Amino acid sequence: MSVPLTLLGLLEREPSHGYDLKRDYDTWFGRGKPLPYGQVYATLSRLARDGKAIAGPAEHGEGPDRKRYAITEAGIADVERWLSEPAPPEPHLQTVLFAKVVLALMLDRPADHYLDAQRAAHLHRMRELTALKERGDLMDTLLADHGLYHLEADLRWIDHTAARLDLLAQAVHQ
Amino acid sequence: MAARSTTIIEARGVVMSFGQTPALRGASLAVRQGEIVAVMGPSGSGKSTLLHCLAGILTPDEGEVWFAGQRLDTMSEAKRSEVRRDKFGFVFQSGQLVPELTAEENVALPLLLGGTRRAAALAEARAWFGRLGLDGLGRRRSGELSGGQAQRVALARGMVNGPQVLFADEPTGALDSMSGEMVMSLMTRAAREQGSTVILVTHDARVAAYADREVIVRDGTVGSLTGAAPPSGAAR
Repeated sequence: MSVPLTLLGLLEREPSHGYDLKRDYDTWFGRGKPLPYGQVYATLSRLARDGKAIAGPAEHGEGPDRKRYAITEAGIADVERWLSEPAPPEPHLQTVLFAKVVLALMLDRPADHYLDAQRAAHLHRMRELTALKERGDLMDTLLADHGLYHLEADLRWIDHTAARLDLLAQAVHQ
Repeated sequence: MAARSTTIIEARGVVMSFGQTPALRGASLAVRQGEIVAVMGPSGSGKSTLLHCLAGILTPDEGEVWFAGQRLDTMSEAKRSEVRRDKFGFVFQSGQLVPELTAEENVALPLLLGGTRRAAALAEARAWFGRLGLDGLGRRRSGELSGGQAQRVALARGMVNGPQVLFADEPTGALDSMSGEMVMSLMTRAAREQGSTVILVTHDARVAAYADREVIVRDGTVGSLTGAAPPSGAAR
Protein backbone atom coordinates (compact mmCIF):
# COMPACT_ATOMS: atom_id res chain seq x y z
CA MET A 1 0.00 0.00 0.00
CA SER A 2 1.47 3.35 -1.05
CA VAL A 3 0.26 5.96 1.41
CA PRO A 4 1.35 8.99 -0.69
CA LEU A 5 -0.37 7.76 -3.84
CA THR A 6 -3.48 6.71 -1.94
CA LEU A 7 -3.73 10.16 -0.34
CA LEU A 8 -3.18 11.72 -3.77
CA GLY A 9 -5.98 9.57 -5.13
CA LEU A 10 -8.28 10.77 -2.37
CA LEU A 11 -7.27 14.33 -3.13
CA GLU A 12 -8.21 13.86 -6.78
CA ARG A 13 -11.85 13.50 -5.70
CA GLU A 14 -11.88 16.99 -4.19
CA PRO A 15 -9.57 19.34 -2.31
CA SER A 16 -9.47 18.24 1.33
CA HIS A 17 -8.03 18.98 4.75
CA GLY A 18 -5.59 16.57 6.32
CA TYR A 19 -8.22 15.59 8.87
CA ASP A 20 -10.69 14.56 6.14
CA LEU A 21 -8.01 12.62 4.29
CA LYS A 22 -7.05 10.69 7.40
CA ARG A 23 -10.70 9.90 8.15
CA ASP A 24 -11.33 8.61 4.62
CA TYR A 25 -8.05 6.70 4.51
CA ASP A 26 -8.84 4.95 7.81
CA THR A 27 -12.39 4.18 6.65
CA TRP A 28 -11.43 2.65 3.32
CA PHE A 29 -7.87 1.45 3.65
CA GLY A 30 -6.88 1.46 7.33
CA ARG A 31 -8.73 -1.72 8.37
CA GLY A 32 -7.56 -1.69 11.95
CA LYS A 33 -4.33 0.19 11.23
CA PRO A 34 -5.18 3.90 11.28
CA LEU A 35 -2.83 6.37 9.68
CA PRO A 36 -1.08 8.56 12.28
CA TYR A 37 -1.80 12.29 11.92
CA GLY A 38 1.91 12.96 11.80
CA GLN A 39 2.30 10.73 8.77
CA VAL A 40 -0.64 12.41 7.02
CA TYR A 41 0.78 15.91 7.38
CA ALA A 42 4.36 14.86 6.64
CA THR A 43 3.16 13.13 3.47
CA LEU A 44 1.10 16.14 2.41
CA SER A 45 4.13 18.41 2.94
CA ARG A 46 6.28 16.16 0.76
CA LEU A 47 3.60 16.00 -1.94
CA ALA A 48 3.43 19.81 -1.92
CA ARG A 49 7.24 20.09 -2.03
CA ASP A 50 7.34 17.72 -5.02
CA GLY A 51 4.66 19.61 -6.90
CA LYS A 52 2.05 16.83 -6.67
CA ALA A 53 -0.29 18.89 -4.47
CA ILE A 54 -0.64 22.49 -3.43
CA ALA A 55 -1.62 23.82 -0.03
CA GLY A 56 -4.19 26.59 0.26
CA PRO A 57 -3.90 29.43 2.75
CA ALA A 58 -4.28 28.71 6.46
CA GLU A 59 -7.95 28.75 7.45
CA HIS A 60 -8.79 30.17 10.85
CA GLY A 61 -11.48 28.39 12.83
CA GLU A 62 -12.29 27.27 16.34
CA GLY A 63 -9.40 24.84 16.46
CA PRO A 64 -5.86 25.14 15.09
CA ASP A 65 -5.39 26.69 11.67
CA ARG A 66 -5.99 24.25 8.81
CA LYS A 67 -4.91 24.07 5.19
CA ARG A 68 -6.88 22.63 2.34
CA TYR A 69 -4.80 20.62 -0.15
CA ALA A 70 -5.55 20.21 -3.85
CA ILE A 71 -3.97 17.83 -6.37
CA THR A 72 -1.91 19.20 -9.26
CA GLU A 73 -1.75 17.98 -12.88
CA ALA A 74 1.53 16.22 -11.99
CA GLY A 75 -0.21 14.52 -9.07
CA ILE A 76 -3.09 13.40 -11.29
CA ALA A 77 -0.56 11.95 -13.74
CA ASP A 78 1.11 10.01 -10.90
CA VAL A 79 -2.21 8.58 -9.73
CA GLU A 80 -3.16 7.59 -13.27
CA ARG A 81 0.21 5.91 -13.86
CA TRP A 82 0.02 4.07 -10.52
CA LEU A 83 -3.49 2.79 -11.16
CA SER A 84 -2.62 1.58 -14.64
CA GLU A 85 0.47 -0.38 -13.58
CA PRO A 86 0.01 -3.90 -12.23
CA ALA A 87 1.34 -4.46 -8.72
CA PRO A 88 4.40 -6.72 -8.40
CA PRO A 89 3.23 -10.34 -8.13
CA GLU A 90 5.11 -10.62 -4.81
CA PRO A 91 6.96 -13.91 -5.10
CA HIS A 92 8.82 -13.22 -1.86
CA LEU A 93 7.08 -15.65 0.46
CA GLN A 94 7.40 -18.49 -1.98
CA THR A 95 11.10 -17.68 -2.30
CA VAL A 96 11.48 -18.02 1.45
CA LEU A 97 9.55 -21.29 1.48
CA PHE A 98 11.61 -22.63 -1.39
CA ALA A 99 14.90 -21.60 0.23
CA LYS A 100 13.97 -23.24 3.53
CA VAL A 101 12.96 -26.51 1.88
CA VAL A 102 16.07 -26.70 -0.26
CA LEU A 103 18.36 -25.81 2.63
CA ALA A 104 16.66 -28.33 4.91
CA LEU A 105 17.24 -31.05 2.32
CA MET A 106 20.85 -29.97 1.74
CA LEU A 107 21.48 -30.15 5.48
CA ASP A 108 19.62 -33.46 5.87
CA ARG A 109 17.10 -31.86 8.16
CA PRO A 110 13.44 -32.93 8.14
CA ALA A 111 12.02 -30.78 5.36
CA ASP A 112 8.66 -32.52 5.68
CA HIS A 113 8.35 -31.30 9.27
CA TYR A 114 9.08 -27.78 8.15
CA LEU A 115 6.42 -28.04 5.43
CA ASP A 116 3.91 -29.40 7.98
CA ALA A 117 4.60 -26.51 10.33
CA GLN A 118 4.20 -24.03 7.49
CA ARG A 119 0.98 -25.73 6.38
CA ALA A 120 -0.38 -25.44 9.94
CA ALA A 121 0.58 -21.77 10.12
CA HIS A 122 -1.12 -21.07 6.80
CA LEU A 123 -4.27 -22.94 7.81
CA HIS A 124 -4.33 -21.09 11.12
CA ARG A 125 -4.21 -17.76 9.28
CA MET A 126 -6.88 -18.94 6.83
CA ARG A 127 -9.17 -19.74 9.77
CA GLU A 128 -8.64 -16.23 11.14
CA LEU A 129 -9.41 -14.65 7.78
CA THR A 130 -12.48 -16.83 7.32
CA ALA A 131 -13.75 -15.80 10.76
CA LEU A 132 -13.19 -12.18 9.74
CA LYS A 133 -15.29 -12.76 6.64
CA GLU A 134 -18.07 -14.33 8.68
CA ARG A 135 -18.43 -11.35 11.00
CA GLY A 136 -17.19 -8.51 8.82
CA ASP A 137 -18.65 -6.28 6.14
CA LEU A 138 -18.09 -6.41 2.39
CA MET A 139 -14.77 -4.58 2.64
CA ASP A 140 -13.49 -7.07 5.21
CA THR A 141 -14.70 -9.94 3.05
CA LEU A 142 -12.90 -8.74 -0.07
CA LEU A 143 -9.67 -8.06 1.79
CA ALA A 144 -9.86 -11.42 3.56
CA ASP A 145 -10.50 -13.12 0.21
CA HIS A 146 -7.34 -11.57 -1.18
CA GLY A 147 -5.33 -13.03 1.67
CA LEU A 148 -7.10 -16.38 1.48
CA TYR A 149 -6.41 -16.88 -2.21
CA HIS A 150 -2.73 -16.07 -1.73
CA LEU A 151 -2.45 -18.46 1.19
CA GLU A 152 -4.27 -21.12 -0.79
CA ALA A 153 -1.75 -20.75 -3.61
CA ASP A 154 1.11 -21.20 -1.13
CA LEU A 155 -0.61 -24.25 0.34
CA ARG A 156 -0.91 -25.85 -3.07
CA TRP A 157 2.77 -25.26 -3.59
CA ILE A 158 3.48 -26.79 -0.17
CA ASP A 159 1.41 -29.88 -1.05
CA HIS A 160 3.09 -30.28 -4.43
CA THR A 161 6.52 -29.84 -2.90
CA ALA A 162 5.77 -32.31 -0.10
CA ALA A 163 4.82 -34.88 -2.73
CA ARG A 164 8.13 -34.32 -4.54
CA LEU A 165 10.52 -34.12 -1.60
CA ASP A 166 12.30 -37.35 -2.53
CA LEU A 167 13.04 -36.09 -6.04
CA LEU A 168 14.10 -32.69 -4.72
CA ALA A 169 16.42 -34.34 -2.18
CA GLN A 170 18.08 -36.28 -4.98
CA ALA A 171 18.47 -33.09 -7.00
CA VAL A 172 20.09 -31.07 -4.20
CA HIS A 173 22.53 -33.90 -3.36
CA GLN A 174 23.73 -34.41 -6.93
CA MET B 1 -24.23 -24.45 22.04
CA ALA B 2 -23.38 -27.69 23.76
CA ALA B 3 -20.35 -28.01 25.99
CA ARG B 4 -17.27 -29.03 24.05
CA SER B 5 -15.47 -30.88 26.79
CA THR B 6 -16.80 -34.34 25.98
CA THR B 7 -15.81 -36.56 23.11
CA ILE B 8 -18.90 -37.38 21.09
CA ILE B 9 -17.37 -39.60 18.41
CA GLU B 10 -14.08 -41.40 18.15
CA ALA B 11 -12.14 -43.80 15.97
CA ARG B 12 -9.50 -45.87 17.79
CA GLY B 13 -6.88 -47.64 15.73
CA VAL B 14 -9.21 -48.25 12.81
CA VAL B 15 -7.91 -50.58 10.09
CA MET B 16 -9.86 -51.01 6.87
CA SER B 17 -8.95 -52.61 3.57
CA PHE B 18 -10.75 -53.02 0.29
CA GLY B 19 -9.61 -56.40 -0.95
CA GLN B 20 -5.83 -56.29 -0.88
CA THR B 21 -5.75 -52.51 -0.79
CA PRO B 22 -5.36 -50.98 2.66
CA ALA B 23 -7.29 -47.71 3.13
CA LEU B 24 -6.83 -47.13 6.86
CA ARG B 25 -3.86 -48.46 8.85
CA GLY B 26 -4.69 -47.65 12.46
CA ALA B 27 -6.50 -44.33 12.17
CA SER B 28 -7.48 -42.60 15.41
CA LEU B 29 -9.53 -39.44 15.78
CA ALA B 30 -11.53 -38.05 18.71
CA VAL B 31 -14.00 -35.23 18.11
CA ARG B 32 -15.67 -33.22 20.84
CA GLN B 33 -19.33 -32.28 21.09
CA GLY B 34 -20.03 -29.17 19.01
CA GLU B 35 -16.63 -29.21 17.34
CA ILE B 36 -16.17 -28.68 13.60
CA VAL B 37 -13.23 -30.74 12.34
CA ALA B 38 -11.89 -30.73 8.80
CA VAL B 39 -10.37 -34.00 7.63
CA MET B 40 -7.88 -33.21 4.90
CA GLY B 41 -5.46 -35.25 2.87
CA PRO B 42 -4.48 -36.15 -0.65
CA SER B 43 -6.68 -38.27 -2.90
CA GLY B 44 -6.63 -41.89 -1.85
CA SER B 45 -5.30 -41.12 1.62
CA GLY B 46 -8.32 -42.73 3.30
CA LYS B 47 -10.17 -39.64 4.51
CA SER B 48 -13.56 -40.62 3.05
CA THR B 49 -13.13 -44.17 4.34
CA LEU B 50 -12.50 -42.75 7.81
CA LEU B 51 -15.67 -40.67 7.56
CA HIS B 52 -17.68 -43.72 6.47
CA CYS B 53 -16.31 -45.77 9.38
CA LEU B 54 -17.10 -42.99 11.87
CA ALA B 55 -20.61 -42.72 10.44
CA GLY B 56 -21.25 -46.45 10.75
CA ILE B 57 -21.62 -46.87 7.00
CA LEU B 58 -18.54 -49.09 6.82
CA THR B 59 -17.47 -51.58 9.49
CA PRO B 60 -13.72 -51.53 10.10
CA ASP B 61 -11.64 -54.71 9.91
CA GLU B 62 -9.92 -53.80 13.17
CA GLY B 63 -10.18 -51.07 15.77
CA GLU B 64 -13.14 -49.43 17.43
CA VAL B 65 -15.63 -46.68 16.66
CA TRP B 66 -17.40 -45.01 19.55
CA PHE B 67 -20.38 -42.67 19.45
CA ALA B 68 -21.84 -41.08 22.60
CA GLY B 69 -20.27 -43.70 24.80
CA GLN B 70 -21.39 -46.69 22.72
CA ARG B 71 -19.46 -48.97 20.37
CA LEU B 72 -20.84 -48.21 16.93
CA ASP B 73 -18.86 -50.83 15.02
CA THR B 74 -20.21 -53.77 17.02
CA MET B 75 -23.87 -52.67 16.97
CA SER B 76 -26.37 -54.64 14.95
CA GLU B 77 -27.01 -53.24 11.49
CA ALA B 78 -30.58 -52.36 12.53
CA LYS B 79 -29.37 -50.40 15.54
CA ARG B 80 -26.69 -48.64 13.50
CA SER B 81 -29.29 -47.65 10.90
CA GLU B 82 -31.34 -46.16 13.70
CA VAL B 83 -28.36 -44.15 14.96
CA ARG B 84 -27.59 -42.93 11.43
CA ARG B 85 -31.21 -41.88 10.91
CA ASP B 86 -31.82 -40.25 14.30
CA LYS B 87 -28.44 -38.97 15.44
CA PHE B 88 -26.46 -38.31 12.28
CA GLY B 89 -26.90 -36.05 9.28
CA PHE B 90 -25.15 -36.39 5.93
CA VAL B 91 -24.19 -34.04 3.13
CA PHE B 92 -22.37 -35.46 0.12
CA GLN B 93 -20.61 -33.84 -2.80
CA SER B 94 -23.42 -34.21 -5.30
CA GLY B 95 -26.36 -33.59 -2.95
CA GLN B 96 -27.95 -36.91 -3.87
CA LEU B 97 -31.48 -35.60 -3.67
CA VAL B 98 -34.28 -37.99 -4.59
CA PRO B 99 -35.28 -36.68 -8.02
CA GLU B 100 -38.92 -37.81 -7.78
CA LEU B 101 -39.51 -35.78 -4.61
CA THR B 102 -39.90 -32.03 -4.25
CA ALA B 103 -37.20 -30.10 -2.43
CA GLU B 104 -39.27 -29.86 0.75
CA GLU B 105 -40.10 -33.58 0.63
CA ASN B 106 -36.38 -34.29 0.32
CA VAL B 107 -35.69 -32.18 3.39
CA ALA B 108 -38.53 -33.85 5.31
CA LEU B 109 -37.31 -37.33 4.40
CA PRO B 110 -35.25 -38.06 7.56
CA LEU B 111 -38.20 -37.00 9.70
CA LEU B 112 -40.67 -39.10 7.69
CA LEU B 113 -38.38 -42.13 7.93
CA GLY B 114 -38.16 -41.52 11.68
CA GLY B 115 -41.95 -41.68 12.03
CA THR B 116 -42.87 -37.97 12.13
CA ARG B 117 -46.27 -37.33 10.61
CA ARG B 118 -46.18 -35.91 7.08
CA ALA B 119 -47.73 -32.51 7.87
CA ALA B 120 -45.41 -31.93 10.82
CA ALA B 121 -42.36 -33.14 8.89
CA LEU B 122 -43.10 -30.84 5.96
CA ALA B 123 -43.72 -27.89 8.28
CA GLU B 124 -40.37 -28.48 9.92
CA ALA B 125 -38.70 -28.86 6.54
CA ARG B 126 -40.19 -25.60 5.28
CA ALA B 127 -38.70 -23.70 8.23
CA TRP B 128 -35.25 -24.49 6.81
CA PHE B 129 -35.98 -22.95 3.43
CA GLY B 130 -36.02 -19.38 4.73
CA ARG B 131 -33.04 -20.06 6.92
CA LEU B 132 -30.93 -21.20 3.98
CA GLY B 133 -32.10 -18.59 1.47
CA LEU B 134 -34.31 -21.05 -0.41
CA ASP B 135 -37.65 -19.24 -0.10
CA GLY B 136 -40.08 -20.21 -2.86
CA LEU B 137 -38.14 -23.28 -3.99
CA GLY B 138 -39.83 -25.90 -1.81
CA ARG B 139 -42.02 -27.33 -4.56
CA ARG B 140 -39.25 -27.68 -7.11
CA ARG B 141 -37.61 -30.96 -7.94
CA SER B 142 -33.86 -31.39 -7.95
CA GLY B 143 -33.62 -30.97 -11.72
CA GLU B 144 -35.12 -27.50 -11.36
CA LEU B 145 -32.51 -26.31 -8.85
CA SER B 146 -29.03 -24.89 -9.44
CA GLY B 147 -26.09 -26.78 -8.00
CA GLY B 148 -25.80 -24.36 -5.09
CA GLN B 149 -29.53 -24.49 -4.37
CA ALA B 150 -29.56 -28.30 -4.50
CA GLN B 151 -26.63 -28.45 -2.08
CA ARG B 152 -28.39 -26.12 0.34
CA VAL B 153 -31.46 -28.38 0.14
CA ALA B 154 -29.14 -31.32 0.90
CA LEU B 155 -27.75 -29.35 3.84
CA ALA B 156 -31.27 -28.72 5.15
CA ARG B 157 -31.97 -32.46 4.83
CA GLY B 158 -28.80 -33.19 6.76
CA MET B 159 -29.69 -30.77 9.55
CA VAL B 160 -33.48 -31.15 9.80
CA ASN B 161 -33.43 -33.82 12.48
CA GLY B 162 -31.04 -31.83 14.68
CA PRO B 163 -28.19 -34.32 14.29
CA GLN B 164 -25.58 -34.73 16.98
CA VAL B 165 -23.03 -35.26 14.22
CA LEU B 166 -23.18 -33.96 10.67
CA PHE B 167 -20.93 -35.81 8.22
CA ALA B 168 -20.02 -33.75 5.17
CA ASP B 169 -17.97 -35.39 2.41
CA GLU B 170 -16.59 -32.76 -0.01
CA PRO B 171 -19.84 -30.78 0.34
CA THR B 172 -18.66 -28.02 -1.99
CA GLY B 173 -16.71 -30.19 -4.41
CA ALA B 174 -19.19 -29.71 -7.25
CA LEU B 175 -19.86 -26.00 -6.67
CA ASP B 176 -18.27 -22.78 -7.86
CA SER B 177 -16.39 -20.88 -5.17
CA MET B 178 -19.18 -18.38 -4.37
CA SER B 179 -21.82 -21.10 -3.99
CA GLY B 180 -19.36 -23.20 -2.02
CA GLU B 181 -18.70 -20.37 0.40
CA MET B 182 -22.41 -19.84 0.91
CA VAL B 183 -22.93 -23.53 1.68
CA MET B 184 -20.01 -23.59 4.11
CA SER B 185 -21.09 -20.41 5.87
CA LEU B 186 -24.66 -21.68 6.27
CA MET B 187 -23.50 -25.14 7.33
CA THR B 188 -21.16 -23.94 10.04
CA ARG B 189 -23.61 -21.34 11.35
CA ALA B 190 -26.46 -23.86 11.51
CA ALA B 191 -24.23 -26.43 13.19
CA ARG B 192 -23.01 -23.95 15.79
CA GLU B 193 -26.57 -22.79 16.50
CA GLN B 194 -27.72 -26.37 16.99
CA GLY B 195 -24.58 -27.48 18.79
CA SER B 196 -24.02 -30.16 16.17
CA THR B 197 -20.59 -31.66 15.68
CA VAL B 198 -19.38 -31.55 12.07
CA ILE B 199 -16.88 -33.88 10.47
CA LEU B 200 -15.95 -32.34 7.17
CA VAL B 201 -13.91 -34.18 4.57
CA THR B 202 -12.31 -31.83 2.10
CA HIS B 203 -9.17 -31.37 0.08
CA ASP B 204 -9.87 -27.62 -0.18
CA ALA B 205 -8.06 -25.45 2.37
CA ARG B 206 -10.55 -22.60 1.96
CA VAL B 207 -13.35 -24.98 2.94
CA ALA B 208 -11.33 -26.41 5.81
CA ALA B 209 -10.79 -22.88 7.13
CA TYR B 210 -14.42 -22.85 8.28
CA ALA B 211 -13.59 -25.61 10.79
CA ASP B 212 -12.29 -25.24 14.34
CA ARG B 213 -9.31 -27.44 13.54
CA GLU B 214 -7.91 -29.64 10.82
CA VAL B 215 -6.46 -33.11 10.82
CA ILE B 216 -4.63 -34.65 7.91
CA VAL B 217 -4.92 -38.25 6.75
CA ARG B 218 -1.78 -39.67 5.17
CA ASP B 219 -1.31 -43.27 4.17
CA GLY B 220 -4.28 -44.34 6.27
CA THR B 221 -3.31 -42.69 9.54
CA VAL B 222 -4.42 -39.41 11.09
CA GLY B 223 -2.04 -36.61 11.96
CA SER B 224 -2.88 -33.32 13.61
CA LEU B 225 -2.01 -29.94 12.20
CA THR B 226 -3.29 -28.10 15.24
CA GLY B 227 -0.96 -26.86 17.90
CA ALA B 228 1.76 -25.44 15.68
CA ALA B 229 1.62 -21.74 16.42
CA PRO B 230 2.03 -19.61 13.34
CA PRO B 231 5.33 -17.77 13.33
CA SER B 232 4.59 -14.08 13.59
CA GLY B 233 4.59 -12.42 10.22
CA ALA B 234 5.19 -15.66 8.34
CA ALA B 235 1.64 -15.99 7.11
CA ARG B 236 0.05 -13.07 5.42
